[in-house]
Amino acid sequence: MVLKKLFSKTEEKFFHSNTLQNNERHLGDYIFHNVTRLFAFFVLGLMLVMFLELFIESLPSINKFGLSFITSSEWNPVKDKYGALPFIFGTVYSSILALMIALPLSIGVAVFLTEVAPTWLEQPVSILVELLAAIPSIVYGLFGIFVLAPFLKNVVEPFLQTHFGFLPFFKGSFYGFGMLSAALILSIMILPIITSISRDVMKAIPDSLREGAYALGATKWETIKIVLISSRSGVLGATLLGFGRAIGETMAVTMVIGNRPEISLSLFDAGHTMASVLANEFTEATSSLYVSSLMEIGLLFFLITIIINSIARLIVNNVTKKYGKIA
Amino acid sequence: MNSLTKTETIEKTTKPELKEKMSVKYLCAYFGDVQALSTVSMSIYKKRVLAIIGPSGCGKSTFIRCLNRMHEVVGGEYVGEIKLDDVDIKKFNSVILRRKVGMVFQKPNPFPTMSVFDNVVAGLKLNGFRNKSKLKEIAEDCLKKVALWDEVKDSLNKAGTSLSGGQQQRLCIARTIAVEPEVILMDEPASALDPISTAKIEELIFDLRKNYTIVIVTHNMQQAARVSDFTAFLYMGKLVEYNKTKKLFISPTEKRTEDYIAGRFG
Ligand SMILES: Nc1ncnc2c1ncn2[C@@H]1O[C@H](COP(=O)(O)OP(=O)(O)OP(=O)(O)O)[C@@H](O)[C@H]1O
Ligand SMILES: [Mg+2]
Repeated sequence: MVLKKLFSKTEEKFFHSNTLQNNERHLGDYIFHNVTRLFAFFVLGLMLVMFLELFIESLPSINKFGLSFITSSEWNPVKDKYGALPFIFGTVYSSILALMIALPLSIGVAVFLTEVAPTWLEQPVSILVELLAAIPSIVYGLFGIFVLAPFLKNVVEPFLQTHFGFLPFFKGSFYGFGMLSAALILSIMILPIITSISRDVMKAIPDSLREGAYALGATKWETIKIVLISSRSGVLGATLLGFGRAIGETMAVTMVIGNRPEISLSLFDAGHTMASVLANEFTEATSSLYVSSLMEIGLLFFLITIIINSIARLIVNNVTKKYGKIA
Repeated sequence: MNSLTKTETIEKTTKPELKEKMSVKYLCAYFGDVQALSTVSMSIYKKRVLAIIGPSGCGKSTFIRCLNRMHEVVGGEYVGEIKLDDVDIKKFNSVILRRKVGMVFQKPNPFPTMSVFDNVVAGLKLNGFRNKSKLKEIAEDCLKKVALWDEVKDSLNKAGTSLSGGQQQRLCIARTIAVEPEVILMDEPASALDPISTAKIEELIFDLRKNYTIVIVTHNMQQAARVSDFTAFLYMGKLVEYNKTKKLFISPTEKRTEDYIAGRFG
């Protein structure tokens, strides 16, 4: 979508300059113009095809279950009954939990990088944070299985249960695998994107704003607060992008979440996500309704991620544009 | 309003006692290894306007940024002595110093996420001031002082950045005087503005000097002549000449000052 917007802008400019030059078209420009247009439409077309394909494939399930597909929590391949609520819940719950952990951390790191760290430290730390994003998902999953889950099971979860066991979040028996480990792994995975975009947004805030605050007698912390408030919409965009990433993450989550279609507030319980059910069950799907139901989950998943990512991109672009002008 | 009558009024009102508000002695300012000012000494008198003039890069901004220790915000350092009411400014907590010595910047910089009203009282709120009706009173008072009240009284809740450049600059001045500073530093406050807004700012400076000590950096000779009581001419980080504005402009003692004023360099 962004591509298309960008594209139509260059197109406008192109035609505008042409009318000025009395419609003298240069062949190179003409070819370039059309080739880029082709690429842009190719991307759009690809998305359209994917959407249509998913939609057609999920028609049997849509016809059979209607709205109850997203309200029913029964996922029973044996009885050939399918309700996607546990997966929607698991996806949203694990992602929100991951955000709750990652957001404060990310903002803290971004503030450190832009407002506190000396220049010689800024670059290496930024690079390290961004390297986190380069680690393959499966490596995070392995780390989750062999390091995080045992640690949670032996240390963290017993502690949480004895001290906070009265809360619905820390009830039931624990195995190390489940919502908590999924949320923790996810939070590490979305930390880089939230951090780096928040950092960029805070960097885009002109220094004149900080100086204005200092000159009014603001302390360092008060100045940072003003910077934070001024960059809030950008940070919101970064958060949504992180959320989008968390929702879409498949491998690592599948490896640690426990993969049971349950709806439970307890962080100790196993769960399932839209991504992990797709990864897990496609090979086992025997009946055509089963396949179609998985397709419908894919369709929902496709729409949710596209919507969240588009909103996030829009917000981030707007903010950088706004401050780009002031700076 | 022509400049001559204005200078005359300045002469009349400046007659009474001349007290030193700030004093600068042997000020040398550095950015790392770069020396931006060397051994600058001068007095800044209470309830007078001091204009700092000089060619680009001569250290004018650096000089006034030393006065409220904004120089250290960008990692600069200075040696020498700067006193406010006979107290070394290094003895002050920088936050408290900056509340006493306020600053207006070249480019208007209202806080973009705050309304007009919140911008004016931003400094007070930082001070922990929370009384709503009192804040309103102060905001109105400050906006009146900067002659902005009539223009914005119906849009106090609009974003500060929605005002015109000249209005934004007056808003920033209102924001500065709201915390009741004793000294106001202005770094080319009108250089980004159109002639009418500039005239308004100059009038404002003229009014403000009844209550505040003002140091203004300007590239505009006429502006310096119009608004200031004293003028200092800096050149390559050194103070070349410092005198009453009238004297400095009519009969400068230094050849370089004369050349600069006449527009022969800089
Ligand atoms: N942040 C900085 N780091 C290093 N050197 C600096 C910095 N800011 C200014 N300088 C140097 O200090 C000297 C004085 O700069 P200053 O900004 O005080 O000049 P100015 O008189 O205000 O100029 P202008 O009229 O262009 O605003 C210049 O030589 C400049 O290169
Ligand atoms: Mg300057």
